[in-house]
Amino acid sequence: MTGSKINWHMVLLVGPAVLFTALFFLVPLIAMAVASFTGGGGLSLDNYRHFLTQPSYIRALVNSLEVTLVVTGISVVVAYPLAWVLAERVPERWQRVALMLTILPFWTSYVVRSYSWLLLLAERGVVNRALLASGLLDQPLQLANTRTATVIGFVHFFIMLLTLTIYANFRQLSPSYRKAAADLGASGLQTFLHVVLPLTLPGIMVGAFLAFVLAIGDYVTPQLLGGSNELLMPQLIIQQIGRRADLPLAAALSLILMIVISIAYLACARWLKLERT
Amino acid sequence: MNRFLDLIAGLYALVAYGFIYLPIVVLVLFSFQASRFPLPPFTGPSLRWYGEVLGDSKFTGAMVNSVVVGVVSSAVAVLLGFLAAYGCARMRDRLGGAIRALLIAPLSVSYLIIGMGLVVLFNWAGVPKSLLAVGIGHVVINLPLCFAILYSQMSDNIIRLEQAARDLGAREWQVLSLVVAPVLWPALLASFVLSLTLSWDEFLIAFLLTRFETTLPVEIWTLLRSGLNPKANAIGAVVFGVSILMVVLAELAIFGKGTKKS
Repeated sequence: MTGSKINWHMVLLVGPAVLFTALFFLVPLIAMAVASFTGGGGLSLDNYRHFLTQPSYIRALVNSLEVTLVVTGISVVVAYPLAWVLAERVPERWQRVALMLTILPFWTSYVVRSYSWLLLLAERGVVNRALLASGLLDQPLQLANTRTATVIGFVHFFIMLLTLTIYANFRQLSPSYRKAAADLGASGLQTFLHVVLPLTLPGIMVGAFLAFVLAIGDYVTPQLLGGSNELLMPQLIIQQIGRRADLPLAAALSLILMIVISIAYLACARWLKLERT
Repeated sequence: MNRFLDLIAGLYALVAYGFIYLPIVVLVLFSFQASRFPLPPFTGPSLRWYGEVLGDSKFTGAMVNSVVVGVVSSAVAVLLGFLAAYGCARMRDRLGGAIRALLIAPLSVSYLIIGMGLVVLFNWAGVPKSLLAVGIGHVVINLPLCFAILYSQMSDNIIRLEQAARDLGAREWQVLSLVVAPVLWPALLASFVLSLTLSWDEFLIAFLLTRFETTLPVEIWTLLRSGLNPKANAIGAVVFGVSILMVVLAELAIFGKGTKKS
């Protein structure tokens, strides 16, 4: 077989996917970047200047970062013990079923899943009714349309995700590490802190990074549960193309969000690598 | 000590699963509500809202749209991903690495940004908002997954198998369709089902790229604008049912086959 023939085959095989990705992924990103520098009929930095001088826009970015970090943190803290229970306390033959049970709610529609929290958190919803009936409250709590509601909705989703990644990590852990630690005289707590936790860190970081990226780019949960009392970045972006039809500003805001995500990615990657050496 | 630990573990799992399942139980329960608000007290059971939803052509039409967009875009994503994975597995040079990096890249970008990019591009190119535009968007998000799954399955064994087939006189398309595809059948099916479920559930890109004729998640979103509505509960329960059916079918198709072999 001649070299040119292999290349011809390669072009036919790899070409369509490369072309598609270039045309509908790379070109749109470039178009978005170019659009973000337009305004007033020509090239300009207006959109970025607008962002930097408008306190409510900066506020949206800060809100997004706060909510996302809180959500990621709570999700890790809640999911870690659950992953441990699944991997180490549930008998081997039941683990598959338990795991299925953990991810089953993933298959509800994402939009509907956020909405179902509204049923619980609404003023006359299940939670308030239960609290009022039990006598713990005499006034219904304002739960819907708050940041708390957004956080609850996100945490619900990411517990499932993080439990999976951390569980997978626990399963790779050889029991001999723990035995060795015990033989060397480590207590249960010491073994956990110095052996188990560092070894399950990759699972935590993969899940946490996924949660961060998915949460900071999500529009559904903050819009539905948090409402528009306080805006997060995705809500601000959608508002630009909806009500105001300002595509260049929306493009600039999207690019800013993308840069924030990239920084998080770089920070995560470096940190992970450091931990491994 | 161990007993105590088991007790704590059990309690923790109970609380965690309670939290995970609480909204779903409430959603499904109030889909059988008889009165106009999906709020306590429960007045059902009644199938009133299921009747309204399944009798409303807006929702059944959107459901059909979602299935069409999902099936077509997943098929395209699997086909492109399969060809590229097969080609890339034989490229051991730097170009191969660059192509792999490009094909995986969309995984690390938010749907919001992918969707915004397409909005800007289509706006410039004069492509109208349509189901076709959504389909393209869904291929963009699913192609990297299909490629990654199928690439991971292109082992040296398959390369050897392919060489044997070629030595026996098979042409390139015969190698692909008669040798490689049948061997990779479980992975192909798995990537198709994964794409299908992601497309079926995808909201943001569909929301940005459609106007009148749209997919089910966007139709549900429009319904939710008017506040709490038992119709939304009924659709949610139906979507949940359909998704679980797909997962069970995929499980049977993929793992059922696997256990028979071993």
